[in-house]
Amino acid sequence: MRNIFIWTVIAAILFALPNLLSFSQQEVLVFLTINILVVASYRLLTLTGEWSLGHVVIMGVGAYASAMLTKSSGLYVPLGIVMGGVVAGLTALALSYPLFRMKGFYFLIGSFAAGEIIRLLWKRFREPFGGTKGIKGIDPMPDFSVGFYDFDFFEPTSYFYFSAIVVAICLWILWRIEKSPIGLTFQAVHWQDKLAQASGVNLRAYRTLAFVIASGFAGIAGALLAHYIGTINPNSFDVEVMVFVLTWAIVGGTSTFYGPILGCVVLTILNEVVLRELGLEQTRPLIYGLILILSILFMPNGLESIVQKFTRQKERRSLRPEEAK
Amino acid sequence: MIELLAQTGLNAVYAASYISLVAVGLVLIFGVMGVINFAHGELFMAGAYVVVALYAQRFVPFFIAVAAGLVFVGLLGLLMERALFRPLRDNPLGGLVASIGFLMILQALAVMGFGVRMEYIPPVTQEVIAFSDKVRLPISRLYVIIAAVVMLSLLWYFLKRTRFGWALRASAQDPQAAALQGISVTLTAKIAMFIGAGFAGLAGALTAPLVSVNPYMGHSIIVTAFIVIIVGGVGSLEGAVLASIVYAFVHTFVTTFYDGVIADITGLMLMLIVLIVKPTGLFGSADRA
Repeated sequence: MRNIFIWTVIAAILFALPNLLSFSQQEVLVFLTINILVVASYRLLTLTGEWSLGHVVIMGVGAYASAMLTKSSGLYVPLGIVMGGVVAGLTALALSYPLFRMKGFYFLIGSFAAGEIIRLLWKRFREPFGGTKGIKGIDPMPDFSVGFYDFDFFEPTSYFYFSAIVVAICLWILWRIEKSPIGLTFQAVHWQDKLAQASGVNLRAYRTLAFVIASGFAGIAGALLAHYIGTINPNSFDVEVMVFVLTWAIVGGTSTFYGPILGCVVLTILNEVVLRELGLEQTRPLIYGLILILSILFMPNGLESIVQKFTRQKERRSLRPEEAK
Repeated sequence: MIELLAQTGLNAVYAASYISLVAVGLVLIFGVMGVINFAHGELFMAGAYVVVALYAQRFVPFFIAVAAGLVFVGLLGLLMERALFRPLRDNPLGGLVASIGFLMILQALAVMGFGVRMEYIPPVTQEVIAFSDKVRLPISRLYVIIAAVVMLSLLWYFLKRTRFGWALRASAQDPQAAALQGISVTLTAKIAMFIGAGFAGLAGALTAPLVSVNPYMGHSIIVTAFIVIIVGGVGSLEGAVLASIVYAFVHTFVTTFYDGVIADITGLMLMLIVLIVKPTGLFGSADRA
């Protein structure tokens, strides 16, 4: 009962939120919503202990797939978004064969290389990927009405509601996966790989599964982005974006479900809203870099460690991976 | 045709020279500190801007400006060691994020100090060694080749033949055992950071008149350096040098006969194939994975 009440309040706040913001802040809000899905799906992969630098390119695969399918074959946009996720997941499945021969640092760099190859292919082949200029004029979400609210996708507010619902569903699925036996096995693959293997867990199959699921949701996020901004190109998914995702996850902390999301929200607000409002356009990367360094020096366990200080008693301590180490 | 091959070969030797300087620095830092220095490309960029500030704007002689670039960027390396990597010694992912933060700061400082435009740097010398009509080696490229050979030989001598070098390699292999032998791990870390960063600065300073200097030039060099250290085997200096030569030849020849993007893809494919066939790289050992 209490949970239902809390979620209703959160939903009401999210519903009211765009009305309190300026137009450009509403746009930031849409990007933030999509990025939350990116960083939350990224966490699913980090559960198995692997850090990828190809996640944003996989997100781009979803964006390209959805954009091309809706454009060429006139696929209904919401179906295109789902297909974006499917294509991204399948791409990840194909990539997993070479990539999961590696672990740790080698996987990090290997995933980066695989991602760059995909990005360079987009760049090199004007047919069908549009080359350096990418794909323009991607079909927007068709407007529709649900009785009490008319979705008009010219407005960022409408797109925010739409993407918030999609992202919320995806987050719920990710949460269920994490709490399921599969999710617990992911943790075992990371913290007790020898023991898990001895108990008959196929490590590589579980790593692949985590990679495919995470990539599928990243693909959905990419498709959501593509149908919002209407134009994508290889540089929309370059390593700079990846660096942002990585820092959100690490600054937020990855031992809880909400850690990376917290990192994403806090750093985005700091970077896009606070520093922009202060008129520090030129020194923004400088201050952002300083914030990164200071937060990693003084909060090595991430923002979530602050939250945990206040909620320590409620946490079921046995589930914490730190102690399993 | 022979002439085209010879000219492309010369270009590849030049590319191998500065790539190996950058990659060897990156390997040295990774070996001793255990962190991937994402800011290494920006150290290269900082070296180039020292030449812009001293040689192009204040007319200091070129080689003094280059030496200043080496020392200045080496000091930046010491700063990174003290402020970032030492407090984060047991936290490799933290070191990675911290170096990303440092990268953003260096880029922002370059933008604030010089603007985003491409810098014009007057050529150091117009002289060219002409082997034939079509096979020519500009002297300014020869400088880079000579510097790479000399510096890498000095480094090899230092690491393999001096007590400091022994200590440095010992603490790269096993910091705790090295500390028990009375080796100051902090001191070896400082030396490694100074040399590693200084080499990147030297490469940036020497190539500054030959490439387009801008605040974002570090990006492509760091990608190249990553490929090279993976192909060579992470932690292996010999492997990094050999892989630089292989990569530079493959990349230069494919660029000449096809185009730049295909060359980038070929380089990355080369790296993926090496990773698949021998995941620890050509010269790598399994331990520092």
